[in-house]
Amino acid sequence: MIQAKDINFYYGDFHALKNINMEMEAHTVTAFIGPSGCGKSTFLRLFNRMNELIDNTRLTGECLIDGQNIYQKSVQVDELRKKVGMVFQKPNPFPKSIFENVAYGLRVNDVRDKSYINAKVEESLRAAALWDEVKDKLKKSAFELSGGQQQRLCIARALAISPSVLLMDEPASALDPISTSKIEELIHSLKKEYTIVIVTHNMQQAARVSDKTGFFMLGELVEYNDTKKIFLNPDKEQTQNYITGRFG
Amino acid sequence: MTARKVEFIFNARRKTKRENNMKDKKNFQLSILNFQCRKIIERMAKVMLTFSGSITSLAILLIIIFLFKEGLGLFHSPSVEKGYVLCVQTSNPIETLTPEQIKKIFDEEITSWNKLGGRNEAIKVFRFDDIFSMYPEEEFGQEYELLPDKLGEVISQNPNIIAYIPEQYLPKENASVKILVSGNIRMTDFFKGKEWLPTATPSPLFGVLPLITGTLWVSFFAILIALPLGLGVAIYLSELAGTRMRKLLKPTIELLAGIPSVVYGFFGLVVLVPLIQKTLHLPVGETAFAGSLILAIMALPTIITIAEDAMRGTPKAMRESSLALGATHWQTVYRVIVPYASSGIMAAVVLGIGRAIGETMAVLMVTGNAAVIPHSLFQPVRTIPATIAAELGEAPAGGAHYQSLFLLGCILFVITMLISVSAEFISKRQHNKGV
Repeated sequence: MIQAKDINFYYGDFHALKNINMEMEAHTVTAFIGPSGCGKSTFLRLFNRMNELIDNTRLTGECLIDGQNIYQKSVQVDELRKKVGMVFQKPNPFPKSIFENVAYGLRVNDVRDKSYINAKVEESLRAAALWDEVKDKLKKSAFELSGGQQQRLCIARALAISPSVLLMDEPASALDPISTSKIEELIHSLKKEYTIVIVTHNMQQAARVSDKTGFFMLGELVEYNDTKKIFLNPDKEQTQNYITGRFG
Repeated sequence: MTARKVEFIFNARRKTKRENNMKDKKNFQLSILNFQCRKIIERMAKVMLTFSGSITSLAILLIIIFLFKEGLGLFHSPSVEKGYVLCVQTSNPIETLTPEQIKKIFDEEITSWNKLGGRNEAIKVFRFDDIFSMYPEEEFGQEYELLPDKLGEVISQNPNIIAYIPEQYLPKENASVKILVSGNIRMTDFFKGKEWLPTATPSPLFGVLPLITGTLWVSFFAILIALPLGLGVAIYLSELAGTRMRKLLKPTIELLAGIPSVVYGFFGLVVLVPLIQKTLHLPVGETAFAGSLILAIMALPTIITIAEDAMRGTPKAMRESSLALGATHWQTVYRVIVPYASSGIMAAVVLGIGRAIGETMAVLMVTGNAAVIPHSLFQPVRTIPATIAAELGEAPAGGAHYQSLFLLGCILFVITMLISVSAEFISKRQHNKGV
């Protein structure tokens, strides 16, 4: 379970997130939608403390995962990131072989057991629906894969360290429709084991894959509810306008 | 009246329409003119760029051709100095001598003909100047016209003589005088020779081995010192240093690249050389080690700047995705950033090596310039560029010495070319592998 309490976030003087309170349940898919620059990606990146990499930022409020405040001093940030995996907007495999890309997370965690690594790589690639396509060329460079395959490789890479939460920052925005549908199927199947939070620009995608949807605008969480309710009968007029395409 | 009015308005409209059409046509014609003007200008620019490009490439090609032409001329020059000959008596069975044998005879290291496959007799070395101590000056005649006769006399009287005399005074009529065939300078003597004595008489020795090993020795250790240091500083600057520190350090390091090499050489000579001599208790401080140190200091700014740029050029996404997988900052640096920047780092290494191998002045000043094959790092050595710089002023143009220096230039050119080609090859292969 993920909880955000009274979150305020600043890039320098810019107030990027305003008083956000939100709760996401385990083993659900939550989608964040909203126009560009509304803060949904910033909000997502709070949960694995990715925003700390940016200079001159400030956060107030609490972020809890399974009841623990992840911004406590006692929390090691690399330990946290092992529990909270992330998939980025653009496929960004490492300049290594396909196998090494997936094994990377294990290797940096000092896993030395070869048979375990082999099994885990296969399991992750299967979970990301990529195994059949790459099983004969695991030693080849990851750059030889197509964009959609690369993105599924990045998902496999994130799954290999067995996180409990998976953050996805517009995972299909750079992909063709077929790859996109594969990724969406993947999200469906992963839901059983992971808590998934996904940021998307594509409203149909949010409607297809998510259980709950949050609509962000200008740094505020305008509405957060069951996906069906948001898309069929939203409470707020702003939400209605956005999902019917009247702006944004 | 209404009808006329309508007609008037209609006409007026037609008129303006026609005028507009005319204007359009005019504009259009103008634009065609413009278009053609632009086309001509573009074509001219194209021609000029092609021209300047080909002129530049041609000039560089001509320089290389000139270099090789002059250098390879060495193998067409006689191994004995031009205008001089070596003579023995006709009764002497020796027909040819190698440059090395000639040098040893005149250095009196070989003193008996039997070592050269001849009679078991002591060699009598005769230099041209010796004739003036044997006969009074008057006997040579007014214009030395009698000199050849006297030389012939000396040679025929001494069966074991070897005489080194100018060709113009060769006693041609004397039947007992035989010219030794020494042939041209051979390639094997040049590339395998272990002695570089270009001004030795009668037969200079052009053994390039000590110079090549000296160059490679000094450059290799320079890179050995500069590479880990340079990469370390580059990693520090791109990953660990704060913004303010970087803003201070980077321009300073770039400034170091602009210091003239002679200043580095001066610093090396005044500071490093005595320091090395004192701390290591060496007979001389001018050693290969001093040269390597100076070269390393000189190559560092290049390596640091280029490697740092390459590492900072690693996409943010790459960095973030590594961190997002729970890797520490340090793991991210050596597992992702350094491999990603490897081709840039390779470029840094190649440029660093290029600088080290080609560097002349600083090395000339601190390495001691002894043309011997080095056995340790703490011996004086001499590099190819230093040799060229030091000796070109003394070498008579067109002579064997002069040509040999050009050939040294060719060797240097080939070495640097090999390094950059192999580096290109490696980085290309790595790129294909995506590693």
